[in-house]
Amino acid sequence: MAMAQTVSEKIISSHAGAPVQAGEIVIVRVDGVMATDATAPLAIQAFRSMGGQRLWDGARVSLVIDHAAPAPNETVSNLHNLMRRFAAEMGCRLYDVGAGICHQLMVEDGRVRPGDLFMGADSHSPTYGALNAFGIGVGSTDLAAAMLTGKTWLKVPQSIRITLNGRLPKGVSAKDLVLFLVGQLGPDGANYQAIEWTGEIVKNMTLASRMVLANMSAEMGAKTGLVDPTGLELPYPFTPILPDVGAVYARELTFDASTLRPQIARPHAPANVAPIDQFLGIKIHYAFIGSCTNSRLEDLHAAAAVLKGQRLPKGVRLLIAPASKWVFDQALQDGTIATLSDAGAIFITSGCGPCVGSHLGIPGDDEVIISSTNRNFKGRMGNPKAHIYLGSPAVVAASALAGAIAEP
Amino acid sequence: MTKVIQAKAHVYLIDNIDTDRIIPGKYTKTLDVAALAAHVLEDLDVEFVHKVQPGDLLVAGHNFGCGSSREQAPLALKAAGVSVVIARTFARIFYRNAINIGLPLVEVTHHTIQSGDWVSVDLANGRVTNHTRQERYQVTRMPQQMIDILNAGGLVNYLIQHGGYV
Repeated sequence: MAMAQTVSEKIISSHAGAPVQAGEIVIVRVDGVMATDATAPLAIQAFRSMGGQRLWDGARVSLVIDHAAPAPNETVSNLHNLMRRFAAEMGCRLYDVGAGICHQLMVEDGRVRPGDLFMGADSHSPTYGALNAFGIGVGSTDLAAAMLTGKTWLKVPQSIRITLNGRLPKGVSAKDLVLFLVGQLGPDGANYQAIEWTGEIVKNMTLASRMVLANMSAEMGAKTGLVDPTGLELPYPFTPILPDVGAVYARELTFDASTLRPQIARPHAPANVAPIDQFLGIKIHYAFIGSCTNSRLEDLHAAAAVLKGQRLPKGVRLLIAPASKWVFDQALQDGTIATLSDAGAIFITSGCGPCVGSHLGIPGDDEVIISSTNRNFKGRMGNPKAHIYLGSPAVVAASALAGAIAEP
Repeated sequence: MTKVIQAKAHVYLIDNIDTDRIIPGKYTKTLDVAALAAHVLEDLDVEFVHKVQPGDLLVAGHNFGCGSSREQAPLALKAAGVSVVIARTFARIFYRNAINIGLPLVEVTHHTIQSGDWVSVDLANGRVTNHTRQERYQVTRMPQQMIDILNAGGLVNYLIQHGGYV
C-alpha cells in the first residue's frame, strides 16, 4: 500500500518518477525556471561556463527585468542588455522594464501552473504555492544548471501544517496573518521544511491573498509554502493536489484568527512582530506600497478605501509600485489610481526597486518607513540608518494619512 | 578531498545574519566580484573588509545567510578571501549557493571559537580543531550530493565532469 503523502511529497514524487518521502535526496525535472536582473546575469555567466549552448527548453525559461527597472545607471543597463541578448539568442521569454514583478508575472501569465515544480532565482519563489505548485528559491548557479538540464536535485522537505480557522476581523488581512505566523515561528522556524496553509480562512481567500501567505513563508526559512487549493479560482481548469489522510507532519499548528489585530514587524527583522497597538503614534516619513508581497489590485483597493477623499499631510510621501502593468491598468480603469493620486500618492514603475534598495526611493538617515513589503533587514531599502516597519497595505495607507503608524 | 584549511577566525556570534548584511542589495547588480568584496559585511562590521586576510575563517551563529537568494553573498565572502564559513546553522539557499560556487561551509553547533583563534577545518574528515584553545568540535555531516559538488569545486565543474546530475 502506498504511503500517505503531504502535498510536497506528491508533487516531488511526480517529478522524480518514483514515490518519495521526506528526507530523501532526489533528482527531479522542473516545469519552468525564472531569473531576474538581480540573478540572471550571474546565471547566464554560469550557464556559459557549464558549456551551455542552448536551453533545455526555451519555452519554459523566463527572464524578468524588475529588480532595478528602469536601470539606475549604465552598469545595470548593460546587465539588462546582456539579458535581452541572451533571451533573443536562446529563444526564451523576456519580461522587460515595467512589465511587472517576477512572481506576479509568472502567475498572471500562466508561466507556472498547479502541480508544477518551478524554480525561481529569487527567494520569494514559494509564492507559487498559492497556485498549488511547488515553488523553490535558488541562487544563480542552481538556476543555470536547470536552464541547461531541465533538472535539479533537492531534499524532500518535512512539512508543517498551519490551520487558520475563524473569520478575519475587518481591517485584518492575509498580511497580518502571515506576519503573525512569522513572529510565532521565527526566522528559521521552518528552515528546510515546507509549510502547508489550510483552514476555513484560507479556503475562502482570493488568489492574491493566498500569494501573500505563500510568499512570506520564506521569512520563516521555509523551502516552500503551499496553500490548500480548496476554493481556488483560476481562469483555466486544474486538478487540485491535497495531502493524503494520514500524511506525516513535523508540526501541526492551529489558530483561530477571529480576534487577530493588525500586525507590525519592527526594525530590523520580519520576525520582530507584535500587534499594531504597541506601535500606534510612531511618526513616519515615508510609506511604501509595493513588492511581490503586497501590491496587487486588492492591495491598491485596500489603500484606496482608506485614502478616498483624503489628502496626505505635508512631510509624508507615499510611493506605490503596482505588482505589474496589468495591475496598474486594471487600477487605472476602475478609478483606483485616480483616488490614490488625488490623495497625494506617487506611482513608480512596477518592480522591486525600493523594497530591495536598488533605487526609486532610498530612505535618508533616521527616516522611518512603513512598508507593505516582506523584509525590513538593516540596510534592506538601501540605507542602514533607516528604520523600516512592515504592515498590510491598509495599515500603510492609514499610517501615511496620519503621519504616524495608525490603524485602518 | 584532502584539503585542510588552517587560518585565523573572525567571529560574529550573532543569529540570523541575513544576506542584506552580507552584501547589501544596492551593490549586487554587477558581475565584478572585486566590487562585491569591497562591501562585504558592510552593515554588520564596516571594518571587516580591512581586517580579513586571504584564507581567514568566518564564524557566525544560527541561520547564517537567511533572506535573499543572492549568490552574490557567498561570492562576496569568497572574493574577500574567506576560505570557509563556520556557523551553528545555515539558511538553506545560502548553503546551496556557497557549495555551488565552491565556498566550503561547516556546520558546528557547539564551539567556543573566539576572534583571533587559529582554527583548522578538515573538510574531508569533517573535523574542526581550535589550536588556540586545544579543542575539537563535532561537525554536522553534509549530504553526499553536496560533498560531491564541493569536491568538484562547485556546481559548474560538477556538471562539466559528470555531464549532468547523477
